[in-house]
Amino acid sequence: MAGGEFTPPRSHGRLAENILYFARALRTAGIPVGPGTVLDALEAVQAAGIGTREDFYWTLHAVFVKRHEHSLLFDQAFRIFFRRRGYIDQLMAMLLPQAPPNAPRTPEAGATRVHEALFSGLDDELKREQEIEIDTRLTVSDREVLQRKDFAQMTNAEIAAAKKAIQRLILPLAEVRTRRFKPHPRGHLIDVRRTLRSSLKGGGDFIDLRFVGPKTKPPPVVALLDISGSMTQYSRIFLHFLHALTDARKRVSTFLFGTRLTNVTRALRERDPDDALAACSASVPDWSGGTRIASSLHAFNKLWARRVLGQGAIVLLITDGLERDADDVLAFEIDRLHRSCQRLIWLNPLLRFEGFEARARGIRTMLPHVDEFRPIHNLDSMATLVAALGPGGSRAADPKLWLQKVA
Amino acid sequence: MTTPSPRPLPASIDAAVDLLAEADYLADRSIGTVLYLALKMGRPLFLEGEAGVGKTEIAKVLSATLGRRLIRLQCYEGLDVAAAVYEWNYAAQMIAIRVAEAEGEHDRLRLESDVFSERFLIKRPLLQALEPDTAGPPVLLIDEIDRTDEAFEAFLLEVLSDFQVTIPEMGTVKAAHPPIVVITSNRTREVHDALKRRCLYHWVGYPSTERELAIVRTKVPSVGKKLSEQVVAFVQTLRKQDLFKSPGVAETLDWAAALSELDVVALDPATVSDTLGVLLKYQDDIARLEGSKLKELLDEVKSELRAAE
Repeated sequence: MAGGEFTPPRSHGRLAENILYFARALRTAGIPVGPGTVLDALEAVQAAGIGTREDFYWTLHAVFVKRHEHSLLFDQAFRIFFRRRGYIDQLMAMLLPQAPPNAPRTPEAGATRVHEALFSGLDDELKREQEIEIDTRLTVSDREVLQRKDFAQMTNAEIAAAKKAIQRLILPLAEVRTRRFKPHPRGHLIDVRRTLRSSLKGGGDFIDLRFVGPKTKPPPVVALLDISGSMTQYSRIFLHFLHALTDARKRVSTFLFGTRLTNVTRALRERDPDDALAACSASVPDWSGGTRIASSLHAFNKLWARRVLGQGAIVLLITDGLERDADDVLAFEIDRLHRSCQRLIWLNPLLRFEGFEARARGIRTMLPHVDEFRPIHNLDSMATLVAALGPGGSRAADPKLWLQKVA
Repeated sequence: MTTPSPRPLPASIDAAVDLLAEADYLADRSIGTVLYLALKMGRPLFLEGEAGVGKTEIAKVLSATLGRRLIRLQCYEGLDVAAAVYEWNYAAQMIAIRVAEAEGEHDRLRLESDVFSERFLIKRPLLQALEPDTAGPPVLLIDEIDRTDEAFEAFLLEVLSDFQVTIPEMGTVKAAHPPIVVITSNRTREVHDALKRRCLYHWVGYPSTERELAIVRTKVPSVGKKLSEQVVAFVQTLRKQDLFKSPGVAETLDWAAALSELDVVALDPATVSDTLGVLLKYQDDIARLEGSKLKELLDEVKSELRAAE
């Protein structure tokens, strides 16, 4: 563990030691605590003095907690740790229920890949076939399947295919204008600062006008990915795509939803796709379960919309839209989502069927509220999607066309 | 508010809580602790929370009670160095250049050092905050930092860790005594960890019933005992509802003041329904509470209060 070698100054005695152990416990619990913060904590405790337990609590809280979500973790860790000293092992065990000491070893992320790298070429043909062939699962089970699915165990063929797709899938989203300016030869405003500087070079005899124009940058992207049972085959590939997207651009937020909504943005920031997908899998309790689009959207609108949809965000909603109870609530929530973002793009794998018609109630409820409706089921359709996503995309994506077809 | 007169920083957590209470800011002990530490350790204080829970107020109260100058930087999208730190007085510079020209001065270096001197510098909030003040280092309030973009955040790193800014034409300006920095955020986006790491973080939540009652009675003295109890209990119940935007303390105070202006003695469904716009700012939320739901909540609140008596 990083920072484990750090030795506290002797003068602080047991307190320093305790705080150090406590910091390590916090780190294990998932609060990022660096050695600098530990020193801060020591300084803070000395500044505040050891008064009541409450003061001590808030003193450490002030230093260690940097995000509101971490408050809960801190609270639990504090209560367990400082109830009596020397309970570190117990604490670690309680905070890490998924890793009991003698549990059967789960295959490590990437193990399949190593194996395949060694014995490649034997069953390539077989794997390619199962790659992106999809069966239709229209069962929308309401039962929440609380299972951990290790999808880091992806086969080489799948990863290669996904990577190929991802390379083509650099989203050419049109950039949005920001309120900042940048030097521009034919800008519409005079840049006084640069004008003056360049005029001075000539001794100030003539004024050399410089201009600025608006600066553009790619808008934030927010992806809402359905991971319910009927979407299983796509979620993996899509996570890879979103991982690549997160890697390439700064402002990408990713949420997974089945029966509940999970923010996996942080997990996807891991450099290695294996690590990232493993982290995702660990944080999602409802993999391949049922789907509740309305309540997931409600949770998103209430808890996250105001935090991630600023500055002209584009929302990618990736779901088949097979909602069991499509009603006014769904219409209300999708409408609110539509109003809070700049562009709402619905990517639906069901569009792979030649004769797809927008008949399902969930789909009919959601269609009027999206800006674009696009297929997303294999690498080819991904490529066409990308081609169409640039400025001036085709009209085939207009959701109204699908509604008219049925009506 | 008290008249500005320099006074020492609080020497303990209790003193910090008392300091806030002096200006009628009734704070939890948690806020007192983090404030005391921020002052003692010379760290910026990062306050995050929903709108209307009194984040900005802390900075104002600090400046008033400590007798320090309050320098406020309101953040917005596109905020840049020219608006936040410094700007050159271009018009004056141009005139200076013309004058120099008329006098036959053509030495480029001399001209440059003349034109880029402090005389032509317009100081914006961040630079002002680094200057010495007779009343002691000022309180620098960086309000709603989540409204600006990442580029500006990155710039703040230098200011907040070393309390200095670099002006390319002049050099580095460093504060002899660092200002008291309070940063607030409504969390409309995540502020980067690198910035938070330099600060002491605190999430300002909604107050408990007792504290909110004390706040209402201090801030709106004209409201009666019974009404204030009902108002606070009702707002607390509202916060438990599934609302898009729960009412903050500011809304509670507005509502109490409004009811007191209307000479209301006790809450009844009609009055609440008429004045609900003071508490709730989203039509969906108001629609959700209309009719029988409102009466239900009110009855619940009243029966709870009766039981507590």
